[in-house]
Amino acid sequence: MHNEGKESDNMELYEYTVHELVEMLEKGETTSEEITKSYFKRIKEKDPEIKAYISTMEESAIEKAKEVDEARRAGKNVGKLAGIPIGIKDNICITGTRTTCSSKMLENFVSPYNATVIEKLNDEGLIYLGKTNLDEFAMGSSTENSAFFTTSNPWDLDRVPGGSSGGSAAVVSADLAPWSLGSDTGGSIRQPASLCGIVGLKPTYGLVSRYGLVAYASSLDQIGPLTKDVTDCAILLNLIAGHDEKDSTSMDLEKKDYTKSLVNDVKGMKIGLPKEYISEGVSEEVKNAILEVAKKYEELGASVEECSLDIVKYALPVYYIIADAEASSNLGRFDGIRYGYRSEKFDDLKDIYKNSRSEGFGPEVKRRILLGTYVLSSGYYDAYYKKAQKVRTVIKNAYDELFKKYDLLLTPTSPTTAFKIGEKCNNPVEMYLADICTVPVNIAGLPGMSIPYKLDSNGLPIGIQLIGKAFDEETIFRAGYTLEQNIGFRKDNKPTFKKG
Amino acid sequence: MPRDDYEVVIGLEVHCELSTKTKIFCSCPTTFGGDPNTHCCPICMAMPGTLPVLNEKVVEYAVKAGIATNCKISRNSKNDRKNYFYPDLPKAYQISQYDLPLCYEGYVNIENEAGEDKKIRILRIHIEEDAGKLNHDEYGRGSFVDLNRAGVPLIEIVSEPDLRSAEEAEIYMRKLKSILEYIEVSDCKMQEGSLRADVNVSIRKKGATELGTRTEMKNMNSFRSIVRAINYEVDRQVEVIENGGKITQETLRWDDVSGKTFPMRDKEDAQDYRYFPDPDLVAIKLSDEYIENIENSLPELPESRKKRYIADFNLTEKAANFVTGSKYYSNLFDEAVEVCKNPKSTGNMLMSDIARILNEKEQEPDSIPFSGKELGELILLIDKGTISSAIAKKVLEEMFTAEEKNPNKIIEIKGWVQISDEGAIKEVVNKILEANPQSVADYKAGKDKALGFLVGQAMKETKGKANPQLLNKLFIEELKK
Repeated sequence: MHNEGKESDNMELYEYTVHELVEMLEKGETTSEEITKSYFKRIKEKDPEIKAYISTMEESAIEKAKEVDEARRAGKNVGKLAGIPIGIKDNICITGTRTTCSSKMLENFVSPYNATVIEKLNDEGLIYLGKTNLDEFAMGSSTENSAFFTTSNPWDLDRVPGGSSGGSAAVVSADLAPWSLGSDTGGSIRQPASLCGIVGLKPTYGLVSRYGLVAYASSLDQIGPLTKDVTDCAILLNLIAGHDEKDSTSMDLEKKDYTKSLVNDVKGMKIGLPKEYISEGVSEEVKNAILEVAKKYEELGASVEECSLDIVKYALPVYYIIADAEASSNLGRFDGIRYGYRSEKFDDLKDIYKNSRSEGFGPEVKRRILLGTYVLSSGYYDAYYKKAQKVRTVIKNAYDELFKKYDLLLTPTSPTTAFKIGEKCNNPVEMYLADICTVPVNIAGLPGMSIPYKLDSNGLPIGIQLIGKAFDEETIFRAGYTLEQNIGFRKDNKPTFKKG
Repeated sequence: MPRDDYEVVIGLEVHCELSTKTKIFCSCPTTFGGDPNTHCCPICMAMPGTLPVLNEKVVEYAVKAGIATNCKISRNSKNDRKNYFYPDLPKAYQISQYDLPLCYEGYVNIENEAGEDKKIRILRIHIEEDAGKLNHDEYGRGSFVDLNRAGVPLIEIVSEPDLRSAEEAEIYMRKLKSILEYIEVSDCKMQEGSLRADVNVSIRKKGATELGTRTEMKNMNSFRSIVRAINYEVDRQVEVIENGGKITQETLRWDDVSGKTFPMRDKEDAQDYRYFPDPDLVAIKLSDEYIENIENSLPELPESRKKRYIADFNLTEKAANFVTGSKYYSNLFDEAVEVCKNPKSTGNMLMSDIARILNEKEQEPDSIPFSGKELGELILLIDKGTISSAIAKKVLEEMFTAEEKNPNKIIEIKGWVQISDEGAIKEVVNKILEANPQSVADYKAGKDKALGFLVGQAMKETKGKANPQLLNKLFIEELKK
């Protein structure tokens, strides 16, 4: 146990934020080995309840931690973040490790290469604790679509952690990792961050390389950080952002230091409050929370104004057409030929395809492949896919219009707090509505951050979402940091691991 | 003949592998052959999470092909996914181009088998990736996927249905091959599959304006089989229609051994490829400047070379056509003329002797094993009288087969140098005259034929090396004495 010096004498290493751990490492107050071991101890204690990790990498992690400590002791030039552990969503490829996407299809798939974000983390000397659970192929909002198990919400074990990056959110919330990477196609980072009471950022489309992220919907997917606070979020975004020549859709922009935007000041900032986001379907408590935050920002010197984004009502149908169309094509490669699950029952080639895919994919994945195949079919393409692309442009333009007036938009992240496991899994449309506040941001390719604000009457976290202009993560960081400094959610609230 | 009542309508979709060093969406080599699955990486094997990045050379080569075939070039184009399942297609979609091809509305001029000039229109040229290859185990243990070829860049050149006979189709395809070779975007090796064609054939009653139902024969990779397959298919279609039947639109497989077409197996209901823009790739935007630069970098094309040969070298239309018919001929010609300054003889030697030897060997001009400079030296040897044209033919044969390609060295080694020494030849002449008094008498009696006999004897004596002009001259001089 380690508890020298810090203001909180009884804190375990796994309770600190990354920027606190970095400070302690710099001062020589702790070692990477101690930090890493503290996490594995915690994982052994708590993960059986939470079930957030699909696989853990204790041996290689501790070995790597010792190497980093050795290098640091020897005065070698190691990065500030060397030896800091991290959890990785199990749809991001790490050489030589299993990348399952929570699918029976890839249950035994070992990646032969590293994702670009992993290369970047390797360069900094980060340590992988394990791969986190998700809805199969990132399709879902609760982790209930995982082929292996459902992850529990640390604030209430009978409830979902959100999804699809539910495992990545739960590990951070339950102190099973100091931070993690997730992916967000329609809200898959922000919604679980909100339901688990942590910070989650979906960067602007094109800011972070998608190379090595198993594709769900290529034009919407982005990798992003899930962290204990806004500061860690900026640090992790610094690590993973940047142009990658292996991803044609990644933008070649000047490298930014997002920690410079961690300024406790929103004076003069213009914040829009789109009324459509706090209308029907959004719970009273969530609605009130947003209005409270709006007031808070006004008190802090920002101007907040109600505005309208009527077109947003089409975002969900547009999303399920475009995402499913792309998914139906992206998931074609899982055919039982080269890797992944192959059915034992086959007489000919057609059987291999049919049986491998029928047995290897779960029901939600099949639903989306079928929908996506349908909307791309000849005779339906114009009515669905083409039209959806047109509406997508209209939605983008509507955001552009709003951003002529506002620096930021304030909305809920999720219409409700965490729902019960099993509550929505028989009603796909109701499940899809869980993403109603986050999906439009992906459609428009914008950055969005979820920040925990308070607990509802059931003791469940409510998150707020800040939406920024494309490639203007700085303003989000500034406003997010300011809110965080003025509400102190993390200081006051801890997950309870209660049941029911 | 019922066949004469019908007009044949043919369109070709020519697939041409581009000779870029690396594949279209990754940096694997495009080299032919290699052990199975040794020229691949996670990207062309379609490992989960990998992404394609378009090789800019592919765009450049395709634009070159477009300009060389008089196409318009799209300033704004894109890549689309063509979705279907097959084990040689690792992503289960081929990245191709659907509604915005790089090049469109071009044409190629040909001279058809009747000697008529004809313009064959090109509908479009688009870029796409090749699929892998399935190797079927001869012992029936199954099929093996080799992805070395997966991701090799292709252009597909789609013609309008402007071709009217198998011969015309062959001439068009040869012309296309020649153009692609000239601009150096492909090695066009048909035996390695780097040039192949899907052939669409239909027939209609002469005078009819509507097209008949077509059938498609896939992956034809020799001129001979294209001609045979078209002729077979036309006969088959005529027979079906003459017997009151109807042609079904279908894909056929040409079997070279039996000389017949067969419907492809396991082609189910018409495939729906569900084309849509590939979200992993960005739009291909080309500036006017980019296109101009490529246009300026193109080597001289056959049409312009032909004009130059006729104007500057006084070649006949026939010779100019022949020489420019292949980049290899034409380059050889240019190099040879540089050395020997005798375009007429160079053209003739290409057209007669070299073409004949290639034909005997069943080889294409790209396999000529000597340089234009060496060919020029050979012609120079004839022009200087060092060797006779009869010896020159023998030297040429040597140049094809022997390791030594330098004609000067060949004649030295073989001892084929022509005797042009007047004294030496005079000796031979006198010897022959002495030995053949009857022929001398015949000649003097007005029988000119006798001279031929005497020259022949002298040639025999010198093993063909005597300078024929000199020999003739000296015989006449001696006989007049």
